[in-house]
Amino acid sequence: MKLLTHNMLTSKAIKQVNTGYPLLIEARDVKVSEVEFNPEFIAKIIPKVDWDCLRRAAEQLGHLDKIPASVPDTYENQQEFLKQAHHVLLEIELINGDLVCPESNRKFPVTDGIPN
Amino acid sequence: MIHTIASSFDDIENRSILDLGCGCGMLSIGCVMLGAGSVVGVDIDPDALDTCQQNLEDFEMDNVDLINASVEEAGLLFRNKFDVVVMNPPFGTKHNKGLDMKFLETALKLASRSVYSLHKTSTRDHVLKKAQSWGAKPQVVAELRYDLPATYKHHTKASVDINVDFIRFAVS
Repeated sequence: MKLLTHNMLTSKAIKQVNTGYPLLIEARDVKVSEVEFNPEFIAKIIPKVDWDCLRRAAEQLGHLDKIPASVPDTYENQQEFLKQAHHVLLEIELINGDLVCPESNRKFPVTDGIPN
Repeated sequence: MIHTIASSFDDIENRSILDLGCGCGMLSIGCVMLGAGSVVGVDIDPDALDTCQQNLEDFEMDNVDLINASVEEAGLLFRNKFDVVVMNPPFGTKHNKGLDMKFLETALKLASRSVYSLHKTSTRDHVLKKAQSWGAKPQVVAELRYDLPATYKHHTKASVDINVDFIRFAVS
């Protein structure tokens, strides 16, 4: 499961959960892979990404050093920033672990990259 | 199907795409092949997802994330909408009547641009009317005919011709 996907997930499907975001990550196995860099797509989704959530997730996966502290104003033109964002959003993957709902503490297991 | 979406409607390249009910991932793979920005596949069946995972590895697709969830859960699962939702929903003929409409309702909530889906031609009027009542602008892109061989226990004939509409629902 990539961090881009984690950034979008909530646990609102559970009854009585109000926000259900962000989901905490208890990581057991993390993989780093190589994904083709597409600067146009990265620039498009940056506005949709909750950057704080992304940083905390990267930290929970043990990869905080790779991610910039915040989004620069002219990010669309900064290749270096886009490349780092690409790396964190698409190339670091949680293979085995759990996602935890912040309100109910219910755990969703992630097996082989697929959350349940 | 994906090729038409990409070339006629510019709804694949660099878009964020949700494959609702992805099964073994054929639509997702098609999307990646034609330049999708990112693809998330959701399915309720863990065995289908295993097969999907295998297919993704075989085709060396690296931009697809899979989630094991039902269509009801999917409606509440995501904080943001996707650009496009593609799907081939179960037609709801034997034990799950109306399931394709549940898929459509959820898909329309999760897409910011458009939803592409397949529905039985015999249900066309109902599908178009329902979609409009939910605020979408439907357009039948093509009418397809499949010759489906028997795959489930309750299938009595050896194969059946089925007419299917390929429909684009514009959300914005």
